[in-house]
Amino acid sequence: MNVNQSVPPVPSFGQPQPVYPGYHQSSYGGQSGSTAPTIPYGAYNGPVPGYQQTLPQGMSRAPPSSGAPPASTAQAPCGQAAYGQFGQGDVQNGPSSTVQMQRLPGSQPFGSPLAPVGNQPAVLQPYGPPPTSAQVTAQLSGMQISGAVAPAPPSSGLGYGPPTSLASASGSFPNSGLYGSYPQGQAPPLSQAQGHPGIQTSQRSAPSQASGFTPPASGGPRLPSMTGPLLPGQSFGGPSVSQPNHVSSPPPQALPPGTQMTGPLGPLPPMHSLQQPGYQPQQNGSFGPARGPQPNYGSPYPAAPTFGSQSGPQPLPPKRLDPDAIPSPIQVIEDDRNNRGTEPFVTGVRGQVPPLVTTNFLVKDQGNASPRYIRCTSYNIPCTSDMAKQAQVPLAAVIKPLASLPPEEASPYVVDHGESGPLRCNRCKAYMCPFMQFIEGGRRFQCCFCSCINDVPPQYFQHLDHTGKRVDAYDRPELSLGSYEFLATVDYCKNNKFPSPPAFIFMIDVSYNAIRTGLVRLLCEELKSLLDFLPREGGAEESAIRVGFVTYNKVLHFYNVKSSLAQPQMMVVSDVADMFVPLLDGFLVNVNESRAVITSLLDQIPEMFADTRETETVFVPVIQAGMEALKAAECAGKLFLFHTSLPIAEAPGKLKNRDDRKLINTDKEKTLFQPQTGAYQTLAKECVAQGCCVDLFLFPNQYVDVATLSVVPQLTGGSVYKYACFQVENDQERFLSDLRRDVQKVVGFDAVMRVRTSTGIRAVDFFGAFYMSNTTDVELAGLDGDKTVTVEFKHDDRLNEESGALLQCALLYTSCAGQRRLRIHNLALNCCTQLADLYRNCETDTLINYMAKFAYRGVLNSPVKAVRDTLITQCAQILACYRKNCASPSSAGQLILPECMKLLPVYLNCVLKSDVLQPGAEITTDDRAYVRQLVTSMDVAETNVFFYPRLLPLTKSPIESTTEPPAVRASEERLSNGDMYLLENGLNLFLWVGASVQQGVVQSLFSVSSFSQITSGLSVLPVLDNPLSKKVRGLIDSLRAQRSRYMKLIVVKQEDKLEMLFKHFLVEDKSLSGGASYVDFLCHMHKEIRQLLS
Amino acid sequence: MATYLEFIQQNEERDGVRFSWNVWPSSRLEATRMVVPLACLLTPLKERPDLPPVQYEPVLCSRPTCKACNIDMPALIKLFPSFQFPPAYGGISEVNQPAELMPQFSTIEYMIQRGAQSPLIFLYVVDTCLEEDDLQALKESLQMSLSLLPPDALVGLITFGRMVQVHELSCEGISKSYVFRGTKDLTAKQIQDMLGLTKPAMPMQQARPVQPQEHPFASTRFLQPVHKIDMNLTDLLGELQRDPWPVTQGKRPLRSTGVALSIAVGLLEGTFPNTGARIMLFTGGPPTQGPGMVVGDELKIPIRSWHDIEKDNARFMKKATKHYEMLANRTAANGHCIDIYACALDQTGLLEMKCCANLTGGYMVMGDSFNTSLFKQTFQRIFTKDFNGDFRMAFGATLDVKTSRELKIAGAIGPCVSLNVKGPCVSENELGVGGTSQWKICGLDPTSTFGIYFEVVNQHNAPIPQGGRGAIQFVTHYQHSSTQRRIRVTTIARNWADVQSQLRHIEAAFDQEAAAVLMARLGVFRAESEEGPDVLRWLDRQLIRLCQKFGQYNKEDPTSFRLSDSFSLYPQFMFHLRRSPFLQVFNNSPDESSYYRHHFARQDLTQSLIMIQPILYSYSFHGPPEPVLLDSSSILADRILLMDTFFQIVIYLGETIAQWCKAGYQDMPEYENFKHLLQAPLDDAQEILQARFPMPRYINTEHGGSQARFLLSKVNPSQTHNNLYAWGQETGAPILTDDVSLQVFMDHLKKLAVSSAC
Repeated sequence: MNVNQSVPPVPSFGQPQPVYPGYHQSSYGGQSGSTAPTIPYGAYNGPVPGYQQTLPQGMSRAPPSSGAPPASTAQAPCGQAAYGQFGQGDVQNGPSSTVQMQRLPGSQPFGSPLAPVGNQPAVLQPYGPPPTSAQVTAQLSGMQISGAVAPAPPSSGLGYGPPTSLASASGSFPNSGLYGSYPQGQAPPLSQAQGHPGIQTSQRSAPSQASGFTPPASGGPRLPSMTGPLLPGQSFGGPSVSQPNHVSSPPPQALPPGTQMTGPLGPLPPMHSLQQPGYQPQQNGSFGPARGPQPNYGSPYPAAPTFGSQSGPQPLPPKRLDPDAIPSPIQVIEDDRNNRGTEPFVTGVRGQVPPLVTTNFLVKDQGNASPRYIRCTSYNIPCTSDMAKQAQVPLAAVIKPLASLPPEEASPYVVDHGESGPLRCNRCKAYMCPFMQFIEGGRRFQCCFCSCINDVPPQYFQHLDHTGKRVDAYDRPELSLGSYEFLATVDYCKNNKFPSPPAFIFMIDVSYNAIRTGLVRLLCEELKSLLDFLPREGGAEESAIRVGFVTYNKVLHFYNVKSSLAQPQMMVVSDVADMFVPLLDGFLVNVNESRAVITSLLDQIPEMFADTRETETVFVPVIQAGMEALKAAECAGKLFLFHTSLPIAEAPGKLKNRDDRKLINTDKEKTLFQPQTGAYQTLAKECVAQGCCVDLFLFPNQYVDVATLSVVPQLTGGSVYKYACFQVENDQERFLSDLRRDVQKVVGFDAVMRVRTSTGIRAVDFFGAFYMSNTTDVELAGLDGDKTVTVEFKHDDRLNEESGALLQCALLYTSCAGQRRLRIHNLALNCCTQLADLYRNCETDTLINYMAKFAYRGVLNSPVKAVRDTLITQCAQILACYRKNCASPSSAGQLILPECMKLLPVYLNCVLKSDVLQPGAEITTDDRAYVRQLVTSMDVAETNVFFYPRLLPLTKSPIESTTEPPAVRASEERLSNGDMYLLENGLNLFLWVGASVQQGVVQSLFSVSSFSQITSGLSVLPVLDNPLSKKVRGLIDSLRAQRSRYMKLIVVKQEDKLEMLFKHFLVEDKSLSGGASYVDFLCHMHKEIRQLLS
Repeated sequence: MATYLEFIQQNEERDGVRFSWNVWPSSRLEATRMVVPLACLLTPLKERPDLPPVQYEPVLCSRPTCKACNIDMPALIKLFPSFQFPPAYGGISEVNQPAELMPQFSTIEYMIQRGAQSPLIFLYVVDTCLEEDDLQALKESLQMSLSLLPPDALVGLITFGRMVQVHELSCEGISKSYVFRGTKDLTAKQIQDMLGLTKPAMPMQQARPVQPQEHPFASTRFLQPVHKIDMNLTDLLGELQRDPWPVTQGKRPLRSTGVALSIAVGLLEGTFPNTGARIMLFTGGPPTQGPGMVVGDELKIPIRSWHDIEKDNARFMKKATKHYEMLANRTAANGHCIDIYACALDQTGLLEMKCCANLTGGYMVMGDSFNTSLFKQTFQRIFTKDFNGDFRMAFGATLDVKTSRELKIAGAIGPCVSLNVKGPCVSENELGVGGTSQWKICGLDPTSTFGIYFEVVNQHNAPIPQGGRGAIQFVTHYQHSSTQRRIRVTTIARNWADVQSQLRHIEAAFDQEAAAVLMARLGVFRAESEEGPDVLRWLDRQLIRLCQKFGQYNKEDPTSFRLSDSFSLYPQFMFHLRRSPFLQVFNNSPDESSYYRHHFARQDLTQSLIMIQPILYSYSFHGPPEPVLLDSSSILADRILLMDTFFQIVIYLGETIAQWCKAGYQDMPEYENFKHLLQAPLDDAQEILQARFPMPRYINTEHGGSQARFLLSKVNPSQTHNNLYAWGQETGAPILTDDVSLQVFMDHLKKLAVSSAC
């Protein structure tokens, strides 16, 4: 055991992991036997250093302990036994440790060692099983099938298909499958090493190559192969190789390492091609097929049941599909990170699929907008609408026009064309961009969007070089870059007047609730210092933004904080029915000039209302007041509203409590998401017209009708923050962090965004936090770097394969300093006539972003059930289309997924079981509405982690390592009770503590002596001076830094009440509210697809 | 017996009453033939240093319909022999008679001990759309006024511009104010709700019954005792900013006077009904928005003129007037008064707002700027104190008039509103505000004077026995500035006389000054509602009828016309009245007319006469200063003239004097007498200024000076460019006018009076 422990840590992560796999498997096996879900953890534990300790537990869960087996002989038996018994069962378990799987390479070595171990089979199994298990099931089935057909060789194309594809599962397989599989699994043993690697590698291990498998390295290059990709259908050898997933069987044959490598990422293509020409095709195929292969997951579910029955003889049966055999998000992320995280992403080439959002990469702008600004669901657009309809793949772009960039990347250049303003196409009004064609020696240019020929104004004339490019192309950002800004002329300004600098107005609820919780005092105290950090532009010394203050309960209090006053003056407006702004001069002031008065005001506000007994509040009049104030000051701006309760005071926008859980799952459920009255929309429109963005901070103790209150923030491009049952001690950190960030972030005001496209497609639908008064212009009172607009395109004509499709997103906005600017993002996409090209260039994360937003908007108008069904149907259609048109012919029982979409089912399942679409009993109506509107403006990275949370083991990696530990899949099975895990989804952060965590660890992290003394629900870790504490806290900090909202930490103990909360986020498992587990859903999906296909 | 002149003067000094007739015609028919109605000018609170208030309450006549307070001794004894005196009268005896029973105490003031005394309330309503220096001056005046208020008086502050702010005065630290939109008319209820004045439906168990009594006035944060918050308020006033809303070129600032007043009224209505309170409105321009707006904010559209009004072109006037009348009536009903201090070069909408002051007994002051001594001193004078150290102001008064059977009450003209108390002594014919025997006077001071008109109802066939007397009693309940309730009772008795037999008596007892003023009031009252020419015609006809009745002449012989002494000045008054700004709107803005009429309707007889016929004094080396005719012939080169028109004091240097002055003789020691001569009118003017409220406009001008127009427009144009050469005299100065001169007027009058045609 010790060895294990030591080993794992020592070796690079990659390697150690391999080891685990083995263990796990074994352990799982045992567990499986035990059947207890928790057991799986045990398995982990096993692997974890603490195994021995765990033994006791292990005992109980014999199997887990078995985990140790490899090393520990003693236990081994158990494990082995287990294995032996449940070959498959083990397998399943094994698979669970997908991560480890990756290490395959390492595994091989182990393999040998293991072999020596008592139970060789066990050992083998681990490998074998793991692969088998997860993939296996599928594979197995496939194997069997395929096996039957052409076990070995088949590997080639055809083989792949099958292998990859879970053999479906359907009953037929199952039976044979499981058992059969085993055999195979066993068979493979030889190949195991290889095979596994292959398989695993293909999928996951690729990265792992870390182990130093040169081949893998080489694998990286595969990319080329990608390009090379043949038709998807080609399952050729490629599949086997390319798609490790399927791998299991085929790979073995192929060059073990190399192939595997290739398979996994597909990155190496070129290399491979060179090296192994033969493969190339396969690879290509793989690409195309690649998807295919992955999908291979058998139709486990169906199988599953069957299995059960079959397995009957053996206790294991219940398990159907090996979770490790189905596509793992973790694996995909890890692969992409390893393959694409090192090289900068150069945007010069049309239609390139960027690295995943989870990958850290640098972008070099060479003519297309960075994926940080625009991501598309597909980078290859079908040429015709027929094709698009056939594929059902939504064509959408997720645009984040003001995205913040890492320090290494330069923000867009600002181009000043003087009085003439930016150069535009006369017909479609597109802005000058790198794709415009200069002709006639540079005297004219042809618009790349509408083909109109325009004259080049004399002052812009430049000669062309021999390639037809302007000589100055590289001197001009608008001719060489994907993203840049123009200074707008006065024509682009409201009322033909240059805007004045924007203003921030802080509007603070001072009703009894707000005072009682200490919110007001806290806020006022914080504002004093926060005002020094208002956003400023470039190198400006002080922010141009002016500030104003309003407090309110049933009436509004404005404050005159003019610098010449000795004391602030309060002005009460009680005429809430007909709101107006009582003062102009002195309401919006420069912070530095009025500092003394402002400080005095902020000191006094908590005092003044300390004795308040007013519990009623108004809401609409407050926003109206802010809006009127901005109108009076003739500027755009942002309102920061701090609100506590349902506005029941007599005033416009008065609300009543309509929270009714009985409506859930009825046709009226949608009303819960709709605003109560139209007053809010009307107000929002007025706000937008004035460029008044509203950020709402809610501190409710009970129902506040977020659905209604968030209408205005939503339509004005603002944000909503919600702190239920706010208590200063517990929530102050979170609130203040959010507030600081919100106040400091750079915002564009009074913005209009328009997306222009090449003739042939057209932006038809928009999702996000904004308002639209016509069908083309997205109006945003405010837009910050976190807000995203998802745009859907539809064909209205044919596209041309040669010229591709262009997108130009133009955002006209007022900067923090009051400068009117245009930000332009251009993106060129490929067009295809082959469906395979489409499927090969998709981005699942973006797709999910679109689908989630689509669904979340859908709940406003349709029953939730219908929305869910629509999603499933669409997804099934996408996959069925692929299967039908692109995948290699294979048994209908196989589930074949496109490589780029192999995660679609798991992610979609996460969306379907999210709180909005499938609420649990503990989810309040407000929470659902809150989440619903949050998602609306999320970018791809946020939706990704939101729907599939990251689960990070804390003690697995060496303590001195500074990188984030590799994540594990969000399933209870992956938790080891001897470890601790961090789980985050962008909004929540949990620290889960296993019941058998070492005392030392507990001590060094929580400063208490035992597990039982840890306070459940703790939200702050004590600051302790030891490496573990530092590391964990450092990790938490870095996680928080990655997210736009501060995540409050909740410490959850295993078996504790709070654990329910935590388990809600283990999205691969069945949820309490009825959400399907990943495996079940995959089965269901497969069934759907099969139905479509038949 | 002394002359009637002395009698009249004595009565005025003692009772503050002057009757047009001091011997009353004994029948209705005869009385109507007298032309000038039986009426009196009553100054209810005339200062009587020699009149000590008595400390008990008056005895009421027990007849329920009568309720007279006091009847003079003989009558009392005669009428009610069995009258039981209440305990206060316990020590009654021949030598120790209560004051009521002594003839010289026909006026008695009682102090009432009953009832809670409520402090005076001063609510400042301040316009902030002023020029910087104007606002500064106003702020200083207001700050100064704080030191003049009684320490326990409650003050409140409302400021307005585009918005209306009601300042909360009780708070420490941050100054707090409630803000209202200037364009929205709010009901009193809404205002009180928004100010949080309505009692929230708080659990009653918390309201300890004792507390409200301890702090009866803590109920509002907006009105606080001066002594508590004078520092606060001083600072607050000091920090008052000009209305911060930008005024673009070509626009007037938006001024929400209408709403501000409405809120002030609503505030007091909700908190201190029927308590003495002054709403003091300081405004620097016309209301330009919201209810009560008088003119739009476009400068290119000037504020209405008389011309526009005649042409029915004043589009806001009616609505605005209605708004302010509504406010004035509400205010009056609550016993509060509204002062208007309007200082601007242009009009400020006094025409529309006049009722606020007129109906509530408030002051109206008009000036060019708050930064003038005219305003500053006028304002200061409001807070002057009398010999007892009390403010010369009283609040919430009701004037109750009782008459003996032969008389009925036709109405009253003055700063009051009817209380609509009908009774047997109320006449059906209304003169002025009639139909009642009681009026409410929300604010009054020792000079407030009312014209009260009666009707003799005794029938011709029921003669009153010789020596019979008619009696009138004026009962004024009011809140003294010391917050005491007081009652002043004045009882008047006059002899009846039979016109047939005693016409001489009656003639001799005619008070032509009082009659002129009373007739003038009637005329001005009519002018408010009728066309100017009609009023003039009416006045002329009355004058002619009077002359026909009391003149001595031969029919159709104008030269034979004579009037007795007691009537001799009357036509001249009428002549000047016809030319006065009270009846002539030419050359006056509607605001000015309103302003003049306002004061005319409340000043006492002396001041009223000055208004009708300004006084002209002449200073020269030829002798001591002397009053001279208000005639162009008095304007001589070697004279200095001092004219007092009540509203203006004009010092005019004759041509020669002016030249001397320019040459600087007054600075030469050898011409010290000239210096003295120059100084004399200044001193006299100063004296007038000291006593006058409101401060008159002080004009120092000289021959040919532009301001000399003030003088030239007043004097009788006996010499004009039309008759200059005809007269051929060198004295006097010709006036460039087409107006008729007094001479021509009189000639016509005589002709008409003797003519049998009418």
